[in-house]
Amino acid sequence: MSTLTKQDTFIGLLDTAPNNFSAARTLAKESYLSQGIPVAKAEEYKFSNIGKKLEQNISNVAPAQPFEVTSEMVHSSIFAGYEGDLLVFSNGKFLPQLSSKIEGVEVSLISEKNDLAIGSIAKPEKDAFAAINQASFEDGLFISVPKKAQIERPILLLSFNQANGGQVIQPRFWIEAGDFAEVTFIDQSISLGDNSYFVNKVIELKGGVNTHLKYYRLQNESKSAIEVSNIETDVQKDARFTSVNISLSGDLVRNNLSLNLLGSNSEGNMYGIYLLNGKSHVDNHTNVDHTIPHAESNELYKGILADQSRGVFNGKIFVRQDAQKTNAFQQNNNILLSEDAIINTKPQLEIWADDVKCSHGCTVGQLDEEALFYLQARGIDKTQAKGLLLYAFAGEVLEKIEEESFRVYCDTLIQERLGSKF
Amino acid sequence: MLSIKNLHASIEGTEILRGINLEVKAGEVHAIMGPNGSGKSTLASVLAGREEYEVTDGEVIFKGKNLLDLAPEVRAREGVFLAFQYPVEIPGVSSTNFLRTAVNQVREYRGLEALDAVKFLTLMKEKMKLVEIDQKLLSRSLNEGFSGGEKKRNEIFQMAMLDPTLSILDETDSGLDIDALRIVSNGVNQLKSDKNATIVVTHYQRLLDYIVPDYVHVLFKGRIVKSGTKDLALELEEKGYDWIKEEVDSAATV
Ligand SMILES: Nc1ncnc2c1ncn2[C@@H]1O[C@H](COP(=O)(O)OP(=O)(O)O)[C@@H](O)[C@H]1O
Ligand SMILES: [Mg+2]
Repeated sequence: MSTLTKQDTFIGLLDTAPNNFSAARTLAKESYLSQGIPVAKAEEYKFSNIGKKLEQNISNVAPAQPFEVTSEMVHSSIFAGYEGDLLVFSNGKFLPQLSSKIEGVEVSLISEKNDLAIGSIAKPEKDAFAAINQASFEDGLFISVPKKAQIERPILLLSFNQANGGQVIQPRFWIEAGDFAEVTFIDQSISLGDNSYFVNKVIELKGGVNTHLKYYRLQNESKSAIEVSNIETDVQKDARFTSVNISLSGDLVRNNLSLNLLGSNSEGNMYGIYLLNGKSHVDNHTNVDHTIPHAESNELYKGILADQSRGVFNGKIFVRQDAQKTNAFQQNNNILLSEDAIINTKPQLEIWADDVKCSHGCTVGQLDEEALFYLQARGIDKTQAKGLLLYAFAGEVLEKIEEESFRVYCDTLIQERLGSKF
Repeated sequence: MLSIKNLHASIEGTEILRGINLEVKAGEVHAIMGPNGSGKSTLASVLAGREEYEVTDGEVIFKGKNLLDLAPEVRAREGVFLAFQYPVEIPGVSSTNFLRTAVNQVREYRGLEALDAVKFLTLMKEKMKLVEIDQKLLSRSLNEGFSGGEKKRNEIFQMAMLDPTLSILDETDSGLDIDALRIVSNGVNQLKSDKNATIVVTHYQRLLDYIVPDYVHVLFKGRIVKSGTKDLALELEEKGYDWIKEEVDSAATV
């Protein structure tokens, strides 16, 4: 059976793993073997048949080797107006000579941190790809923000990806922030060339009490990029975590984002836009686990789908029995611009506490014809009027990005896309 | 300027306009009155180019051009302005950006240079006075959370900004208190000239005390069944629409 073959092939990848973190790797390998690569029947990957996609496009399930990245490439890739620090990667490998020395922040390779509790946040048994990464990642980056540090300059994680033989890139991050620390990350990948590659990324974030972590990501890779990411964080007492995910391109992209609200008065925010055309397929699976009373989660994802693109949204809110006085809000709104575009949206609420405020809603629609006519009746060209309305639709999420240069950059990309394509 | 001949229009297979004839010349004010549901807004929407309505017969010539062939935005640039009965709220689209885009697209079409930010603001300030609209309103999203009166004022403000040749005001008076009505009418009157024309759609005579029409037409069941001067409006005010309905019905049975 082909899926079995695929599983065997990934075993090959697993065998290339370094010797460190052997307990964590062994555990992950076993976990992977019991899960296998998700195929069409897998509930969690029902609308995103990643197994098939990998079989068709990833000819060589081997680690993609790093390639040369020059400082010119780095400079020309940094978006306009950015003033912050920079960590550069080539096919997932950290390039210290092109990266900033970040004041007040410890940055080192994961391989230098032998006692790191790899996989204790993004647990391998939850997802086959998290398991594969944990079992076979070459190395990754450890970033630590000390207690009470307020890191004012954002940190841009700039990854250059290119695989000529359709190989596998496995970035891995461990990010920790001491009590009261504040820091902003911007995660951006640049595709070089149009060849397929498979990025299988894991980010574990461990925040202390009263931390303020922001994680912004722009996914604008080539139309043949395949990516699965598992991002998971523990949010402690009085702490806040905010993620904004902007997806504009890719072949098949699957984002697993999980927030564990572990302390009272903690807050988790998940925002996203997927603005897709061609055959891009973006799947956002989010999960927020309310384990304690008096925590809040907010979620807003907006999708604009043109051509034959496909969006998947699955938002799980889990409110445990002890988590009284939970506030949980979730909203997913979609506009389909073509008859061939598809959206599968599913809120998944599991509420075991009785004194909670939870609301969720999802909408799927077309452009508001009355609004469109109103704008046209004032002399505005139809294409531009559509662009204005779609931009307004996306704006509600864009404004959640507090880092101005990055917001302006995303804003420009979105406006360009809306002005030309729709 | 505007010549409507035997205009028929339907929506979802139901005929709403059943042979409208109307001639409007530059400098004139025409009032179109009629009971609810008689087709006034339909006529206004068809003239502005709303696609839901299907024109099944007749023609509309505007400044020598076949209006029905033009896209809504081209009609607007040619000088047709519709003040909506129910202005649409558009969250996320700033009033100012919207207007600047509109004004400049209209100007470009008319062979005028685009206004830069400074000139645009100057024009806005000047026109804002006309309808006594608050700057605060214009820093918000288009019509979002505006009161009924504010929306109507905003319509006339947009009209002032776009400098149309034919303005169609659809029930701009409904829901306004006397003060607001006076402000809105005053704005309309100041914009009047011998080069442009106004069609005032209303079912209350009250507005016509402020915007004095040259002609009054009664629209009923998709046809103009009676035309006259402003005295006709007063007569309607006094006697209601029933006598017109009776006249139409008895004419139909003869
Ligand atoms: N979108 C629509 N769908 C179906 N019927 C409509 C629609 N718009 C208007 N109508 C019908 O057309 C008739 C005329 O409506 P309208 O033009 O709004 O009248 P008025 O403005 O004179 O009150 C009414 O009977 C109304 O129910
Ligand atoms: Mg009406």
